[in-house]
Amino acid sequence: MSWRGANGLRPWLMQRLSAVYIAGFLLFLLFQLAAGPVFAFEAWRAWVAGPLVNAALALFFVALLIHAWVGTRDVIMDYVKPMALRFSLLVLFGLVFLVSLFWSLRVLFSVSPS
Amino acid sequence: MSTPTGRPVFLDLRRIRMPVMAVVSILHRATGVVMVLSVPLLVYLFDLSLRDERGFQSVMALLGSLPLRLLGVLLAWVLAHHFFAGVRFLLLDLEQGVDRRPARQTAWMVHAAAAITALLVAGGLL
Repeated sequence: MSWRGANGLRPWLMQRLSAVYIAGFLLFLLFQLAAGPVFAFEAWRAWVAGPLVNAALALFFVALLIHAWVGTRDVIMDYVKPMALRFSLLVLFGLVFLVSLFWSLRVLFSVSPS
Repeated sequence: MSTPTGRPVFLDLRRIRMPVMAVVSILHRATGVVMVLSVPLLVYLFDLSLRDERGFQSVMALLGSLPLRLLGVLLAWVLAHHFFAGVRFLLLDLEQGVDRRPARQTAWMVHAAAAITALLVAGGLL
């Protein structure tokens, strides 16, 4: 099976790999929340700035945006038949996801200790 | 309605009785769309909460307000359903529970687990 060119396997696989990471990260968040929720700004910022959490959050946003993109792409291709509208929606959501991704990564980078 | 070959197509959604697996599948899609639309909001609140003390307080105040807590319970159900249905689909990919009887049982389990999660969150938030 080819990994290049028009091929449904790669997005299919990306959807599932990102799903596994997101699920694992959410469980990690749940345990953190159970261990002691953070209700103060400094503690919250320090938690996000921790190198492990910072990297895990970055990977989470990457996985989330990949997952969102493949899912949105599938939904749009299933229901939006006119080519111009389909293309416009794909570009719109692609941009929204790209901006969201860079925005979240910039926030993470600005918080992490230099 | 008919196909190019003239065969009839039955698509009266009010009269189609969908099996529970189909309901799980459609809800997986619907919940996914809802969450996709809230991604920019999530990133915005994340940014605001980390900017400074005032931003953090305004996010906490917003999340603590009654309408947002109600929305939180709804979103908890949305996320939980997507999560449990997703785990079920991953297991189906691994050829676990593909037969009709277990497929039906796990579909009901997804509905139940999502409802229980929403109730737990409601108990914590409301």
